[in-house]
This record gives sequence, structure tokens and C-alpha cells, in this order.
Amino acid sequence: MEKVIDIQHLRKSFGTHEVLKDIDFSVNKGEVVCIIGSSGSGKSTLLRCVNLLEKPSGGQIIYNGENILDDGHNINEYRTKLGMVFQQFNLFNNHNVLNNCVVGQTTVLKRSEEEAKEIAMKYLKIVEMDQYINAKPRQLSGGQKQRVAIARALSMEPDVMLFDEPTSALDPEMVGEVLKVMKDLAGTGLTMLIVTHEMEFAKEVADRVVFMDEGIIAEEGRPEEIFNNPKEQRTKEFLKRTLKRM
Amino acid sequence: MSFDWIINIISNNWPMFLRGAGMTLYISIIGTIVGTIIGLLVGVIRTIPMPDVGVKRVVLKIVNIVLSIYIEIFRGTPMIVQAMVIYYGSALALGVDMNRLTAALFIVSVNTGAYMSEIVRGGIVSIDKGQFEAAHAIGMNHVQTMKNVVLPQVIRNILPATGNEFVINIKDTSVLNVISVTELYFQTKSISGNNFRYFESFFVACVLYFIMTFTVTRILRYIERKLDGPENYIMYANQMQVETPEDIMRKTKYNDVKQH
Repeated sequence: MEKVIDIQHLRKSFGTHEVLKDIDFSVNKGEVVCIIGSSGSGKSTLLRCVNLLEKPSGGQIIYNGENILDDGHNINEYRTKLGMVFQQFNLFNNHNVLNNCVVGQTTVLKRSEEEAKEIAMKYLKIVEMDQYINAKPRQLSGGQKQRVAIARALSMEPDVMLFDEPTSALDPEMVGEVLKVMKDLAGTGLTMLIVTHEMEFAKEVADRVVFMDEGIIAEEGRPEEIFNNPKEQRTKEFLKRTLKRM
Repeated sequence: MSFDWIINIISNNWPMFLRGAGMTLYISIIGTIVGTIIGLLVGVIRTIPMPDVGVKRVVLKIVNIVLSIYIEIFRGTPMIVQAMVIYYGSALALGVDMNRLTAALFIVSVNTGAYMSEIVRGGIVSIDKGQFEAAHAIGMNHVQTMKNVVLPQVIRNILPATGNEFVINIKDTSVLNVISVTELYFQTKSISGNNFRYFESFFVACVLYFIMTFTVTRILRYIERKLDGPENYIMYANQMQVETPEDIMRKTKYNDVKQH
């Protein structure tokens, strides 16, 4: 299988605190990977290192056969290939829904206004937010904001979509609408890397589940293996803790 | 009787008062606009993330130091003194005989610029980090992020502070009379020097100053409200284009009633 992103020996420290310890990890084309683990295990940091919102302290990130951490590599061009969806949505507050999806295409990808609008509308229809194109972010509910944020990332037509706990900041009744959109996307063969606390969702949608604990990948495998038959003791404990609550 | 004198002074000198008020408004408008532009530029430069190593880091450090010196000097000295130093200093040191109006515009602009730089920097720092991250994640560089995402929000947020600067400028242009700029205070001084009616003349100036500042604050409040737009999104407003604005208004009101 073709590796889209290949991470080797990735390390990240904040001061003396080592958050990621020698991570080896890759994402294949068309694969849906869910990263699970308790808070502080480094899963969000790993995701943020992948698109360089956090600068890794060491290691390599290979994309298209090149290490993007090498000096002089165009980080902004690389970032356009990764769509990022944040926990706090982070829609551009000064733009309406349509412009949120257009502004990146026109300024970074230099697409024409008409083309960008057409593409934006296509993805806004997919997330069922095409009726709200003139709304400002503060006029939307959390679930609606997150769906627009997904459309914004998709409008850049990235190779990989990164989701950083996309439903953690949502009211319970809005989690479903966002997960449904993500489920639909997973069905289209999009490459997705998802940090999540939604175990049921991970079980259902993921091709591969990665369990992180204290800055290392403790276990990874097919969802049925991880959830039904975990090998590591700490995976078992984590699953017992989280699944009991559901 | 004072009141008669006021009428008398106005009817005899109204062109001078108006010209003075016009000059005051002109200097403060240009000064505020140019100062805001200076402030935006300096604010953007001062928030460029510091690179870890290299020539860029050194250049940026030096630029930052120069800008800090500019801000500290112009914020730390009175404008009346700056006016004297710049106007007479340029003549003495550089041999340039500055036009008084040019000097006035220059002084007010750079002075406002120093204050606005800090206001803008504060505005940029106060923008949610998520906005920067989202813009960077899409692949925007610092300038693109600032232009498309951050500055539009900063400008909205600093509008009250900018209005404040504008009002201060309207009042503080009066100090420019020391370099004989014919603004409202200078004109009033001339008028009262002719008629020796100081209270009545300056009372007229007082009213004129207040009318100017009050109008400006009202206009800015109106712009702020306009920029904020409605709280609720009315979906049918952009779907049924045959609807008249009155229909939309009615529906908005209905929604408001429902909410409260």
C-alpha cells in the first residue's frame, strides 16, 4: 500500500517535558486511522506535529518521498495537502460560511473566485450547510460550525484530512450530525486521520486504530482486535475505563 | 451682556471659526487615518513570529528595536514639544523650511501612529490563537493570515480605541497653535485678541469642539453597530429574493419577540 505520510522517530518536548517519544507511524492512501488514548497521552500533539502546528523536536515526516522537516522546505505548500479540523472549529469569524471555504482557495491555491465558489458549494452541499452560505460563524450552532469547518478543509482538496477531537466541544445532541458527515466521508475513500474519544465511532469507521499512552504508540491494529481482544495491559485498562462510562 | 457678545462675535467672525474648525477636522482626520495605517503596519511587523536562527532573525530584531524606540519616544513626550522640535528642528538641522500644515499633519500622524501601534498590537494579540492556527493549517503565510483573517477582526475590535484617538486628535490639534497652524484654537485666539472678549470667544470654540467630537463618536458607534450585523441568521432572507426588506424586518422583529 502507498504511504501518504510516513513518520519516523518523531519526538516532541515542551521544555523538559517529553510529550512524544520516538513515534513511528504512517498513514496509507484511502485509509481511515483513529488515534485513541487518555488525555495527555500525546495524541493531539502527534496530529499537530503532522501539519507542523507544533514544531517537532526531532525525527522525520516523509511526504511524497521528501522529509518536510528539512531546511528550506515549503511548509505552506505542504499544509495545503492536509485538511485540518479543530476541536474548537476555528472558523474565520470575519467571513461568512461561503467565504470561509473560498478564502483559502483564492489566496493560497490562487484559484479564481468562480472556481473556488463552485468547489466550496460542492463541499458545503456534502455537509448539508449550503443553505447557510451567508451566515456568519457566530450565528451558527456548534455542530453547524464544525460541518462548515469540514467543508472548509475539504475545499482545499487535500490528500489527507486530520481531525483533532472534532466532537469534543459539541453538545451531545450535535455530535451525531458531525459523526454522520465523517462517516459519509470515510465511505468515499478519503484518507483520514482522526483523534477521537468516540469509541463506537472508531470501532465502526476505522480501518486501523492506534492506541497512544504516555507519548508512545502502545498498540495498533484493526478495530476489532483493539476493542475486542487488546494485547497490552494498558490498552485493556483504558478501554475498561472508557467503555464502562458508555 | 455676555450673550449679546456671543451673538455678536459669531455674526462677525463665523467664517474664521468655520475655517478653524475645518482645519482642526482636516488635520485630525488625516492624522488619525495615516496614524492608523502606521499602527497597522507596525503592529503586523511587531507580531511576525521570531525565526529561530539566521539573518532574518537579526534583521527582525533590529527592526523591532527601531520600532520600539519610535513608539516610546512619541508616546513619552508631549505633542506640543514634538511640534516645536520637529518644526524648528527641521529648519535648523536640515535647512528645510517645512510648510506649517505639512508639519502639523506629520506630527499628528506619527504621534497617533505610536499610540495606534500599541493598540493594534494589543488587538492582534487578543485574537483567538485558533484563528491563526486555522489560517496556517490552510497554508497561509503571515501576511496572508493578517490580511484575510486577523486584521479585519482587529480593525473591528480596535474601532472604539481608534474613535478615542480621533476625539483626542480633534482636541489636541489645539497645541499646534505653537507653530501657528490656523486651527480652531489659533483662530479663536486671534478673534479674542481683537475684541478682548476671551470668555465669549472661547465659549464659541468650546461648543464647536464639542459638536465635532460628539458627532464623531456617534458616527463611529453607528459604524460599529453596522459592522456587527444581526445576531440571528434569517435563512429565508437570502433564499426568497422577491421578499421586500419590510417582510424581513417584520420576521426579525417576530424572532426577537420570541426570544425574549
